[in-house]
Parts: sequence; C-alpha cells; structure tokens
Amino acid sequence: MAAMAAALRGPVARFRSRTRAWTRGTRGAANAVGAGQQQQQQQQSFDLLVIGGGSGGLACAKEAAQLGKKVAVADYVEPSPRGTRWGLGGTCVNVGCIPKKLMHQAALLGGMIKDAHHYGWEVTLPIQHSWKKMAEAVQNHVKSLNWGHRVQLQDRKVKYFNIKASFVNEHMVQGVDKGGKVTLLSADHIVIATGGRPRYPTQIKGAMEYGVTSDDIFWLKESPGKTLVVGASYVALECAGFLTGIGLDTTVMMRSIPLRGFDQQMSSLVTEHMESHGTRFLKGCVPSLIQKLPTGQLQVTWEDHASGKEDTGTFDTVLWAIGRVPETRNLNLEKAGVNVNPENQKIVVDAQEATSVPHIFAIGDVAEGRPELTPTAIKAGKLLAQRLFGKSSALMDYSNVPTTVFTPLEYGCVGLSEEEAVALHGQEHVEVYHAYYKPLEFTVTDRDASQCYIKMVCLREPPQLVLGLHFLGPNAGEVTQGFALGIKCGASYAQVMQTVGIHPTCSEEVVKLHISKRSGLEPTVTGC
Amino acid sequence: MSSPPGRRARLSSPGTSRLSSEAREELRRRLKDLIEGNRVMIFSKSYCPHSAKVKELFSSLGVEYYILELDQVDDGINVQEVLTEISNQKTVPNIFVNKVHVGGCDRTFQAHRSGLLQKLLHEDSANDYDLIVIGGGSGGLSCAKEAAKFGKKVMVLDFVVPSPQGSSWGLGGTCVNVGCIPKKLMHQAALLGQALQDSRKYGWEYNKQVKHNWETMTEAIQNHISSLNWSYRLKLREKGVAYINAYGEFVEPSKIKATNKKGQETFYTASTFVIATGERPRYLGIQGDKEYCITSDDLFSLPHCPGRTLVVGASYVGLECAGFLAGLGLDVTVMVRSVLLRGFDQEMAEKVGSYLEKEGIKFQRKFTPVLIQQMERGSPGVLRVVAKSTEGPETIEGVYNTVLLAVGRESCTRKIGLEKIGVKINEKSGKIPVNDMEQTNVPHVYAVGDILEGKPELTPVAIQAGKLLARRLFGGSLEKCDYINIPTTVFTPLEYGCCGLSEEKAIEVYKKENLEVYHNLFWPLEWTVTGRDNNTCYAKIICNKFDNERVVGFHLLGPNAGEITQGFAVAMKCGLTKQLLNDTIGIHPTCSEVFTTLEITKSSGLDITQKGC
Repeated sequence: MAAMAAALRGPVARFRSRTRAWTRGTRGAANAVGAGQQQQQQQQSFDLLVIGGGSGGLACAKEAAQLGKKVAVADYVEPSPRGTRWGLGGTCVNVGCIPKKLMHQAALLGGMIKDAHHYGWEVTLPIQHSWKKMAEAVQNHVKSLNWGHRVQLQDRKVKYFNIKASFVNEHMVQGVDKGGKVTLLSADHIVIATGGRPRYPTQIKGAMEYGVTSDDIFWLKESPGKTLVVGASYVALECAGFLTGIGLDTTVMMRSIPLRGFDQQMSSLVTEHMESHGTRFLKGCVPSLIQKLPTGQLQVTWEDHASGKEDTGTFDTVLWAIGRVPETRNLNLEKAGVNVNPENQKIVVDAQEATSVPHIFAIGDVAEGRPELTPTAIKAGKLLAQRLFGKSSALMDYSNVPTTVFTPLEYGCVGLSEEEAVALHGQEHVEVYHAYYKPLEFTVTDRDASQCYIKMVCLREPPQLVLGLHFLGPNAGEVTQGFALGIKCGASYAQVMQTVGIHPTCSEEVVKLHISKRSGLEPTVTGC
Repeated sequence: MSSPPGRRARLSSPGTSRLSSEAREELRRRLKDLIEGNRVMIFSKSYCPHSAKVKELFSSLGVEYYILELDQVDDGINVQEVLTEISNQKTVPNIFVNKVHVGGCDRTFQAHRSGLLQKLLHEDSANDYDLIVIGGGSGGLSCAKEAAKFGKKVMVLDFVVPSPQGSSWGLGGTCVNVGCIPKKLMHQAALLGQALQDSRKYGWEYNKQVKHNWETMTEAIQNHISSLNWSYRLKLREKGVAYINAYGEFVEPSKIKATNKKGQETFYTASTFVIATGERPRYLGIQGDKEYCITSDDLFSLPHCPGRTLVVGASYVGLECAGFLAGLGLDVTVMVRSVLLRGFDQEMAEKVGSYLEKEGIKFQRKFTPVLIQQMERGSPGVLRVVAKSTEGPETIEGVYNTVLLAVGRESCTRKIGLEKIGVKINEKSGKIPVNDMEQTNVPHVYAVGDILEGKPELTPVAIQAGKLLARRLFGGSLEKCDYINIPTTVFTPLEYGCCGLSEEKAIEVYKKENLEVYHNLFWPLEWTVTGRDNNTCYAKIICNKFDNERVVGFHLLGPNAGEITQGFAVAMKCGLTKQLLNDTIGIHPTCSEVFTTLEITKSSGLDITQKGC
C-alpha cells in the first residue's frame, strides 16, 4: 500500500492528453489525477510492466502472462539519426541476430556458388548480387516476425503500448506515443529491458551526419557500395564479413585489438581469414573527419597511430560499429531511484536481476555485467517472471554461456578464453589441446583452411575438466551448442575423448583433439 | 587356491632350512637358468588342476612352454622353497614369461585378459611380427599405427577384391574409398545444388541454366580419394608399419599366407593378429544382378552419369545415395522391401523418407526385384527390372539406366582361413563374436570394425576400437572401447543425426510409462527467406523419468545434423539431463538451440506445428 501511495503522489497532473480507460486498471488513479484537471487522466495499472519489447522483455512479459498476471509491454523505437525505424521485437529481430545471420547466409551462398563448379555444377558467368533483392527478402522476414510478436502478445493477453516510456516515480511510468499522446501506467513490478543502441563518435565531424550504424545497414534499400566499417567488435567484423561476401569493397578500420573480450588467438585467426578473403584492414587507425564529396561519396580522413601520419580514403558508406550505449538516458531513472553505473550508464543489478529499487528489475543488454546476447536475455526474462510470480526460485546462471561470431568463417565459443583460464588458474595448471583441421568439403574445392582451428582449454590435473572450447570453422554455431551442454555437464577431457566421432564432420575434430600446446607438437590434422 | 594373489609366503631362513647354503645357491642358479632360458617357464605339479588350466592356456595361444613338475623331481620340496624366495609365491603353478614373474593361475589368466601376457610374450618373439593386421581400413590402420607407436613390429595386409563390375581402389578401406568420404562429398554436391536454388532468393543473379556434370564431380572426388590413399601409405611408412598389397589368409595359428595380385604367395608369422577385413555390398542372388547392377562399391567412381536410377534397399546407404542422386537432378526411385532405416528410430526414418519424397524421389514399398534384364548397352545402358510384391502375387516392371543395390553388406570373414585356426564366426551373418576386449575365441586373434557381431558399423567406432586395442595389447592400458551412446548421422539431403536409443528401443528397455519424450518441429532461419517448409525439421529427446529425466535418446532431422549431434553426444557421455538442457543458453540463431527450449511432451499431445506468417 505504501508503494501505491507513492505512485499516487507522482506528478502526473502535468499531462493532459487523453487515454482510453482501461477497464480493470483504474485503481483509484482517476481520483488522484483528476482533481483540478481540465481533462481526466486515466491511469492503467498492472502486476507487471515491462519497458522494452525486445527478446528479454517479451520473454518476461509472456511468461508472467502465462502465470495469470496482468502484464503490459511498452515499446518504442526511436528512429536512428538516419531515420531508420522498425517494429516490435527489439535489436535481435530487427537490427541484430536475424538480419545479420540472413545476410551472412547470403554471403555464404556466394561462396557456395563459387564452390559449385568444383562439384560439377555448370554456372554461367557473370554472377551478380542484388542488394535490393536480398534486403527486401530479409526485411520481409523481419516484418513477419514483428507481426508474430504482436500476435503472441495478444494471444497471451499482454497489453502492448507503442509508447516511449519514462519513470514518473518508482511505481509509475508515463508513455508518449507517436502523436504525442500520454499514457500513464503503474505496476507492482517493473522490468527495464530497453537494450542498447549503437554508439556514434560524436566528436568526429561528419560522423552523425554521414555515417550509418547496424541500426541502418539491414534496412538500406540500395547497396551500401564501397564501405568503411569502423570498429572491431563482433558487429563490425560480422558486417564487414558479409559485405565482402556479397562482393562489396569493404575495409575495416580498427583502433586496437579485434573482438575484445574473446580469446585473442582465435580473434586474430578470424581477422586473418577475413583478410585472406578480401576484407581490407586498416589497423591502428582512427578516423578524424568525414566529408561529403560533390560526387556524393564520403571522404574519410584518419590518423595512422603507428606512423603518426594522416591519410584519406573515399567510400560510399561509413558504418560505425564502435560499441553500444544502453538505453537508459531517457528513462528518468532518477525519479524511480534506480542506480546506473555512471561510467557506462548500465543499470546495476543483483543476482535476482533487481536494481537498487527492489521491485524494479533490469534484464538484457541494459543490465550491467550481463552478456549482450538474445538467448541470455530471454532466459533471464523468463526466470525473472517465474521468480516474481511464484513458479520457481531458480536464478539465472550466467556462466558458460555459449556464443558464436558469424564472420565468414564462424567462431563459436563457450567457457573461458585461454587468457582467462591462465589468469584464473595459472599457466602451470592449464592444458590447452588444439588442432588445425581441414573440413572435408574444402578438399574438393581446394579452399584454404589455414584458419580452421579448434582449441579446448582444460585444467591440467586429471581428469582435466574442460574450461573452454573455441571452434573456428564452418557451422561453428551449430557445432558449439552441444559442447556447451557437455561443459555444463562438467565434461572432462577424458570424457570428450571417450566420445566417438561422427564421420565425416568438422565437429568430430573436437573429440579427436590430442595435441597439447605444451607438447610443442605440430597441431595439424592429416587424414582420418 | 593355487595362487592367492598378494599372499606373502614366510621366507625360510638358512638356519631352519634342510639345505646347506651352498646347495641352496646351486639350486637358485639352476632355477634362474630355467627361468631365463625359457620364453615361458611353468613350475607345476602334475596333478594340480590349476596347473593344467595354465598349460591349456599357453597351448591355445600356440606358445611353447617348459614345465618343471615339482612332484616328479627328487628335490621338488627344495625347489618350491627356493622358488618362494625368488618369487614371493609359495604355490604352484608358478609362471614366468620372458623372465618376468607373472604369478599363479589366476594372475596368468588375468594377465591374459588385460593383454599383459601377450605383451610379455612379445618381448622376445620368434615370429616375424608382433602384430599382423588383416585389412587396411579405418579400424585396421588405426590399430596398426597405434601398435607401431609402442615400438612393435607391425604389418598390414590389404587387398581389394574387385567388385563384380570391376571397381577396385586403394588403401584405406570402405570409408575412404566407397563410403563416408565420397558419399559426403556427393551429398555436398547435392547441397550445393540446393544452395544454387536458394541463392537467387538471397539476391544472387546469374543465368538460369545450371547443369550438373557428373564426370567433373566424380573426377574431383576420386582425386581427393587418391590423395588420401597416398597419404595412408605414407603414414604407414612414417610409422614403420610394413604394408603389403596382398590377400591375407590364415594357414596356421600364427602364420598367414599373403597372395598378391600376380598370385605370388608369401608367408608371415606373428604372435598377435587383428582381423579388420570389413564388409562388402550384398547381392540379391536374382537373375542379372551381378551382371547389370551396381552397388556403392561402384557408384562413386562410375565414369558416366547413372541417369534414371532405381535404388534397391532403404538402408542408410540406399537413402543417402538416392538423396544425392536426386539432388543432382536425376530421376530416382527407391524400392523398399519393408521398413526404412531399419534399426533407427522409425518416426525419424519416416520423416527422412517423406522429405525424400518431397524432393521428388519415388518410393515403391513392399516390393523386391526378381529379375534384371539388359535392354540396351551403353553408358549408361537401359535395364528392365521386374519386381514382386512382398504381400501378394502382384508384379511391377520398370525401366532404368542404373540399378543400385543397397540391400545390406556381407562380412569378409569366410575366405580368410578362420576355420583353419578355429576362430568362430556366426555362420548366418558371417560376423565374428568377440568379448569386450575385441578378442575372438582364439586368444591371440582379435577383430575390429564392421565384422564384429552386435557392434555399430561406423568408421570412428572402428578407429577408436582399433586404437584402444593396440594400447591394451602393447601399451599396458586397460581402457576398453565403449560402444554405448555412439552418435551417428545419416547424410540424406535433410540430415538425420542421433545418439543413444531410438524411441522403440527406449520403450523396450525402460517401458513407455517411464519415459518422457520432448519434441518440436522447427524452421531454420535460413529457410525462411527461401520459403521452404516450416514444419519439416524435427527435434526429439527421450528422457528416463525415473533417472532425473536423463536423456537416453537424441534425434534431430535438419540441416547440419552431423555437426550438431557431436557435442550433444559428449553431453550424453557426461550424463545429460532435461534440466541441464533447460539450463543451457542457446546460440542464436542456430538450429541446434532448439534443444535448449524443448517444452512440449509427446504425451501431452500438444500441437508442435510452427505457424507461418
């Protein structure tokens, strides 16, 4: 009741636009708001309000609704500086995993067309790629998913608001829709799942004006043409990879290391492979100026840190992929008393996903210290709803989360990187088994397999518990999943070795790993 | 008890002995000479049943031994006393092999079981080789190479009897030459055909006319195989394994005859043998089958496109071949006597079949061919096939360019002289029964691979079994090959991967009421854009309700099932449960993540179809 009272003290009186009365949700709000107002303000109240209709938010909302709770989701996509906007479903569906995996697939298919003649397929040249056709197909699929999410919410009786939400107080949120109309929502529990958006290097002149981000690339109607990708995050490398794959002249400009946070040996193999497949890399370079030329092209000026010299290049598109900012700035979190980490603006959470305010939670990319991955957000959201509404008390386990970077040669990993394992257990206590292998399918086409590499990081003491697995090769995403389970089951090196392989696959190379780094032996697999 | 292991006999001190210290030294020297001078030295008593057992063992191994019967020599009591000092064992039989004290009867048999005895025997062998492996396929080669690692003298005999159509190949066995490798590559060719179709939906534009050239593909694949043949020979040489391209046949317990292509015979002896001769495709025994039909032995090196093809048999070989031939654009019919993929989960098998049907393959079920006639010669020619219903008098006829028989395989065990040395085979199947150490009924003869009775016919299994066998024989290892939860994948156009039990088998073992089956249909992301069916790919796990929902069966029909299944097999080895699946985060967007979100049980009867747009 105290919470309710707090909600009623909120400064809702400011808002004058009308909302439709919500039959069950008035909870006396009309009295509080109505007094002294020209237009009566309706307030709707819920057991659970989720701010943000991305993977985590939707999962949480649907689970709560399934437990019989009254749930609302507020979702609003602020158009990107370039004006790109999209529907319900958040980053993954609209400007993340889904479109990027599909464009990755388009690029892979390009490789297969090239391979096909080795396998007897007589394809007549020239072979061209139509961006327009691909983008349309991808966008249509995304739109069907947006629709699907709307339907799912409706099926489960989750109230969906297409409004931009911000806190009024710790129990009340106000939302503004496209037309400026304001809605007030109050809830016993509030989950913040607003995710993140690409960062712009605002200090660089022309960056905002002429650059695009991953928010835009998948929605471009025309081919981006010759592209400069700035950054070396997985977003940057994935985009550069598929752009190269569909035949575009692509350059990656990176300040320092690729794939920060990932195993560094694997990361350099990833970029090495990209370089050998036509992506250009400008390493140790930082852009300083973007200018539009009379031709419509963009001239980029950058500084090469090694030489200290300035250089320029001309591109059709500049794509910023230098990181993401959590969407917390417009939430008025201070009104609810929710703390963020001032350094990165992420919301500080505990093991229960609770923020500094006990009934306000945060999940997904917006929460500090969480992996920015769709399936973790989904699982966290589901478990949170189950805990809130009494189905279970299980906490989300954020350890050993598998993931895959969908660069042209995919990199799948789970558990610790070699660096992390060594830092945690000491060089002396870590044994790394590794192998360079050649996928069978590469033999006929004589594809270069120099970067097809696997390493398994284990404890050195028998039975050599597996700490991490790193797989670089075709279908790494598919390969890694099962091994993630193995690691979850506490697999030891001995148990992995006792598992019989599936022949002929790439994944069988994992159960055949027998050369340790310590031995110094040549780790190249030859023959069966 | 003739030889209680570990029991310490009280040592006689010189003072209490009936022997003078001089006589004792003299006797000790005599016994040492016996022990050092004989490869196998048995101290025994003529009436002791345990001693008799040990003698029998060595006889069966074909090993010569020297016996001193303590009850038949004058100073038997003194001998026993000094033996006790030497060996810490008072009882007989007391066995020494190559100067090493093995122990009594129990210890000797134990050493035999563990392979230690063999190892000791081989220390100083009069035979040409420590190990002769008959058959240079996956299992044989892995065993030979591993044995060579332990410094053993090893020989591999490999000889490919040409198929009735005249196909022949190099070192490496079925997998490399006429199995896994070429079939996976032709499967890949078919997948690329699919990719070409898909690619247009993803924006790729090129001339619509795309034809497939069989010769180009086959040549590329055969080139790869030749390079593998070569690398296998190289590897044997590197490891110091002798390789002979000759047909091996037992003539004596420790001697084989090797006959080369020219008919020249050579004889070799070894103390241990491993039979790894594998299998070859079976024929139907009907008129025209050997003359006009081909098998998987011929298909992958066929110099011309097979054209309109009838595949007889619905084994995985039959369905895989049918799948890629259809994928390459050929008109394919599969004739099935009874069920698809016998031994596999039948729900999955039917799903595999219906996908093949969707791909344009015709099925003639419950028919079996009775006559094959050539109507026209050529490359390919034209064949007429008459088939009879398995259920009635009905017959059907068809005309094909090629008839591919995939009606099972026969073990190559009947013409290698096994009867001469008494190695038992299953007369009906030709398979060799072995114990859990891959040992046949003749102790120094072992077998690995497809010829084993009741074991899976899979390359990696043979490799594992061969390697572990060599380690036990020569490396003092005790690790046995674990034939449980072996994953495998059928590389039909839509791949089917599995590990553990089929649903039928699980019901048989655990009873239906004790099982929970979770399943779902799924739509691979890559299929959405191409508009391929959203209710084709299927995932199923079978859990034992009364063992913490432990996963006892894993089944997946979908793209890349081979790559996906492997990791899950590791997890099953580590005791995978449904809860652990629930707790594991998916990798998004992949097909494999479907297993982390299986919620619908079969028993619930809930709908698992995926909704479209």
